[in-house]
Parts: sequence; structure tokens; C-alpha cells
Amino acid sequence: MPGKSRRDFLKTTAVIGAGVAGLSSSTAKAAPKNILSEDRMGVLVDTTVCVGCRNCEWACKTAHDLPAGELHSYEDRSVFTEKRRPGTKALTVVNEYSSGKNSNLPLDVKVQCMHCDHPACVSACIVGAFSKEENGSVIWDTDKCIGCRYCMAACPFQVPAFEYDKAINPSIMKCDFCFNRTKEGKLPACVAICPVEALTYGTRTELVKIARERIKRNPDKYVDHIFGEYEVGGTAWMYLSSKDFSELDFPKLGTNPAPGVSESIQHGIFAYFVPPVSLYALLGGIMWISKHRKELDEEGKL
Amino acid sequence: MNHEEINPVPIKHKYFTPGVFILLIIALNGLIFLMGRFFFGLGSVTNLNDQYPWGLWIGVDVAAGVALAAGGFTTAALGHVMHKEEYNAIIRPALLTAMLGYTFVAMGVFVDIGRWYFIWHPLIMWNGSSALFEVGICVMIYMSVLYIEFLPIVTERFIGKVKLPGFLSGLNNFVDKLLRLLDNGLSKTMFIFIIAGVVLSTLHQSSLGTLMVIAGPKMHPLWQTPILPLLFLLSAISVGFPMVIFESLLASRSLGLKPEMHVLSKLGSMIAPILGIYLAFKLGDMFIRESFVYLKEFNTVSVLFSIEILFGVIIPLRMFLSHKVLKSPLFLFIASALVVFGVLLNRINNFVVAYNPPYSTQSYFPSFGEISVTIGFAAILILVYRFIVLNFPVISLPGLRTAQPTKYTIKGAKK
Ligand code: SF4
Ligand code: SF4
Ligand code: SF4
Repeated sequence: MPGKSRRDFLKTTAVIGAGVAGLSSSTAKAAPKNILSEDRMGVLVDTTVCVGCRNCEWACKTAHDLPAGELHSYEDRSVFTEKRRPGTKALTVVNEYSSGKNSNLPLDVKVQCMHCDHPACVSACIVGAFSKEENGSVIWDTDKCIGCRYCMAACPFQVPAFEYDKAINPSIMKCDFCFNRTKEGKLPACVAICPVEALTYGTRTELVKIARERIKRNPDKYVDHIFGEYEVGGTAWMYLSSKDFSELDFPKLGTNPAPGVSESIQHGIFAYFVPPVSLYALLGGIMWISKHRKELDEEGKL
Repeated sequence: MNHEEINPVPIKHKYFTPGVFILLIIALNGLIFLMGRFFFGLGSVTNLNDQYPWGLWIGVDVAAGVALAAGGFTTAALGHVMHKEEYNAIIRPALLTAMLGYTFVAMGVFVDIGRWYFIWHPLIMWNGSSALFEVGICVMIYMSVLYIEFLPIVTERFIGKVKLPGFLSGLNNFVDKLLRLLDNGLSKTMFIFIIAGVVLSTLHQSSLGTLMVIAGPKMHPLWQTPILPLLFLLSAISVGFPMVIFESLLASRSLGLKPEMHVLSKLGSMIAPILGIYLAFKLGDMFIRESFVYLKEFNTVSVLFSIEILFGVIIPLRMFLSHKVLKSPLFLFIASALVVFGVLLNRINNFVVAYNPPYSTQSYFPSFGEISVTIGFAAILILVYRFIVLNFPVISLPGLRTAQPTKYTIKGAKK
């Protein structure tokens, strides 16, 4: 009987729907840690203070068990002839640029992960291997990562690097804000070693105040822009400079969080699984009707 | 009503031909490079680096592979959901392509990810905000659904023909019964899987478009748009039928069969409107975002974008509107091949050409090894396809009545 069978069909659909809806509530929990704490930490990098001694490069490698060499070998300034990027062998590098306004001293820019407030890498990672921790650090979990490199495609600062030369357990490498050191109350290795206090470690709120203060006190020296205050929704590492940031190779980015658009699409499609389940029901309905109509047609023909 | 009975049979044709040997060599060459990747890491075979994390394998093997397997869900929607029986003859070949296509997509992912032995992680480690997670999960489930949809073809092949060798022959009856039971159960529940297959396809075809949205300004504005998921879904739907025509004509040519022109032309007549919708959205998006300004410059990006639109959409759209084209196997083949080419190029453009990271020092071009693996996989796919159509009832021969038409309808509609 068509009537009874339709009820059967509706029941099946409902059961499937309920099953999927059950799944969706557990998805909500199964997301990586992404905490935006009030007193998350950050670092203010003053490129006008940095002298390009590259001690931070050495300290960072040493703190992360990467081959670092002798500290005095970092006095070699010839590396500044080309612009370098953080990679698998160094999680941070310093690049040198010509002087900014009202000064003839060069500008030195330390580059590492920005520890975004709304990190694209955390949003993108297929298995949630990236997380934004309470203290502001964005860290990576080797036990989860499958090596798909989507985080690299997603990061607006082109930061995560991948060990392409390893056949087994290649890692994603990036600055982890010295998570293991700060956990024990120590300073990040690069901040600790910096001889001229170009790096200031503190809560992000405090750092923004300090940066504003410096710009106000020295309007002739600084450009009126704290890079990272608003870029991609804010970053934990922020920069001061005496020159437009685009001349220091900072990417031009808007103030919207990098994962914003893609997450709203994603959540729109999956709003509690309603769209897929309705599509399922709709198709089921079409299937039932078109089959039924055909049968009626054929009966009419007889 | 003139009922077109479908009668899929294993095609009688010899397996080895000179063409097959060439494919074997291509496959072997790919496998050699693949070994390099597994022994010495991704860097030894590919040109990928920290600037370009994704290359040919993601663009072609995965993204284009998923799109070109869209014939499976589009024909299932047409034949089973809308119940257009006249297309039954093409459903099985399309199903087989989709099944093999997704299998190779999975293999593409397997070789591309750095830690292939963790490929199962997304099953238990979830990240709901990740588009890639959704693609991964949907593809895994859909692949299982495709295998389930294909099972009846296997049972049909063996029911009443189970002949186990030697001492196992005592089990013949038992295995036969088991197959019949399976077949029976499957035909009652198949509608669930068919609908699920269509839903899963629309989901991951579009999410594949969401993938690059997060790359934001790293992606060239000619392609980067918030409606990427819609464009991906529309282009996948529009390449579904052309892909079915394309391979159907290729297969009949290679196996010496008469092309099923009556079905194919009818299928072809539906393509133009779908392509039209895709084109409208693509151009509309371009004008709303005013990205056409980038077409004024003459460079790789603008040229590739223009080729994609002109040869991949506009020309085939015009061709599919002509009766002469729909009636001629050659022109139908050309028009379909153009759409296939257009979507292939579109996926390469989206994932490789458009990607321009802020600190790139050189541009990416796939290495010989990457290309070898990609065409090697394609060759293996064709070889497996050939083996299956020669041994399983997939392709229908006109005018024969050898097998029961297997049709799945919603259970409730059966009297
Ligand atoms: S800079 Fe890149 S890697 Fe670092 S937190 Fe932001 S998105 Fe993640
Ligand atoms: S490479 Fe690892 S960390 Fe990066 S997105 Fe893939 S699984 Fe996540
Ligand atoms: S915070 Fe730690 S990991 Fe990051 S650059 Fe400084 S030393 Fe390196």
C-alpha cells in the first residue's frame, strides 16, 4: 500500500536525520582548543631598537634542539644581503632594511609566527592539531598531524614550514612562543637573550598601551601604526617601525580574522546538519513522487 | 511507452592491446617515482616547498579527480531520484567511474600527505570548522556508499555462477545463497544509499571550493571569491554528464562497440542549460567583484583564466546547443572533452595557478616525478576500468536481453 509505505519511508528518513543530528552535537565539542583569554601574552617588537645581533636566532634554535652552532658566528652580518624566512632549520630569522624617517640606523625585523588571535591554522587544520592556548601561544601537536599542509596554505603570514626531506614523521615547524618555557614561568628564549630589549614580553593589552605610549612620545620616530593590533583580527606579536610596514615586507592584510569567511560558509552549510538532512528528505520526496507518478501513468495506460 | 531495457553484460574483448601496454609503461613509471616519495620523503619527488605546500597532486589527483567523478551522483540523481529510466544504460558505467575515481582520489591524498600512516586520524580527531575535515569525512563516507552501490553488480555477476575450485566446491551452494541474501537486502535498502550519495556529493563538491577561501589574499582575485563553494558545485554538476559522454564514447571506441548515441545525445541536450547557469554565476561574480580588471593585463594568470572560460565553458556551451553536434559522435566527443578540460584546468587554476604566497621567491611548476605519478595513476585507473567492464556486467549492449534490469526505487513505492 502506498500510504503505509510512505510512512515507512518517512520513518527511515527521520531515523537517519536523528542519527546525523546526534553526530552534530558531538562535532561541536570535537574542536581544537581555541581560547582567546583576556590576559593572553604577546611580544612587542620594536624594529627601531633591534640591532640585528641575531642572538635570538641562536637562542631559539638552542631552546628547540635545532643545530645552532656557536653564538659568535651570528655576528656575521652578510646574511642580511638576502631576505630570509623562518623555516624548518630556524623558527625565527632577522632581516635588515634601510633606515626609516629621521634616522640613519638600519631597521631590523625579527620574523616568526604572529600567534594570531583568530589563527587561520587552528581553524584550518583537518585534525585540530593546532590550538590557541590560554596564554596566547598557538602550538602544534605532533601526535595528531597527518602532514596535509593545509595549515600552510591557510596561514596569512606564510609561517608554518614542513620537513619535505623526511620520509617518516615529517613535522610542521614554527615558533611555538616557547610554550614549554613559559609554562615553567620562564621568558621565551628570544626575549630572554635580547641584549637591547627590542622584544617586550607582556599581556597583549599592556603591550598595546606601551606601543601607543612610545608612538605618542616619539611621533617623529615612529609611524603611527602598530602592526598586529588589528591585522587579521589582531596578533599576539606586534611591531613598531619608523617606516611603512609594506616596505618591511609585511603583507597587506585587512582587519577581518583570516578564517572568518570560510568558517561562516562552513557553519552555514552545516548549521546543525539541517541543510543536508533537508536535502536528503527533499531528494527522498522527489524519488518517491517520480516513481509513483510513473506507476500511475502506466496504470492509466492499461 | 517504449521501454528501453538495459542489459549490462561483461564485454567480450581481449584485454591486451598495444594501447594497454603503453598504459602499463606509464603506470610503472609512476610507481617508480612513488617509491621514491615513500622512501625519501615528499621533497625528493615533488617541487613542493614551504612557499607552495600544495601542487599538482592536490590540484589534479584530488580536486579535479573529485570533480570528474561527478558523473556518478549526477546520473544517480537523474536515473534513480528523478526516475528517468531511459538513462539506465549509462548509470552503471558512471557509477564505476565514480567508484574508481574516488578510490584514486583517496590514493592521491594518501601519497600527498606527509604522514600517510595517520590518514585515519580525521575519523576520530574532528575539527568542525575545517573545510578540509568536511571534505575528508564526506569523501570517505561517499566512497563507501559507492562501493555499496556497486556491490549488486558483483552479486549479479556471480549469482547462479559460483564455481569455487576443488574442495571448496562444496561451498558453492552456500556462497550462492549468501550472495542472494545480500542482493535481496541491498535492493531493498539501496535507495537510502543512493540519496545519501547525492547529498554527500553536493556537500563535499562545494566544500572543496571552500578550501581555498581561507587562503584569502594569497589567492588571485580572479578566482578568490566567497561563492567559490557554489562555483565548485555548479562546475561539478556541469561536468558530470560531459564526463559520462566522454568516457562512454572512448570506451565504445576502444572496445569496438556501437556508441549509445540515442542516450548520449539526450544527455548532451541537458548540458547547455547547466553550463549556462555556471557561466552566469562565474561572470556575475566577476562583475560584482570587478575582478575583470585583472584580465586587461596579459600574463599567465589572465591567459589561463580566459582559456578556462572560453574553451571550457563558452565554446562547449555553444556546441551543446546545436543539433548537429548532439547527433554526431565526433562533435559530441569534442564538446564533452572541452568541458572536461575546462573543469580540469579550473581546478588546477584554483589550487595551483591562483596561489601566490606573499613571500614567494620562485614560482611552482610540477616536477617530472609529480607528473609521472599523476599520469601513472590515471593509467592504472583506465586499466582497472577496462578489467572490470570486461569481467562484470557494467556496459549495456543495445538489443540484448541478458540480465535483469536492476533498478532501485524507494522501498515504499514498491507494491
Ligand atoms: S601566523 Fe600563521 S601559523 Fe602563526 S598563528 Fe597566525 S595563522 Fe597560525
Ligand atoms: S599539516 Fe598537520 S598541522 Fe597542518 S593542517 Fe595538516 S594535519 Fe594540521
Ligand atoms: S618565542 Fe621561542 S620559539 Fe618563538 S621565536 Fe622566540 S625563541 Fe623562538
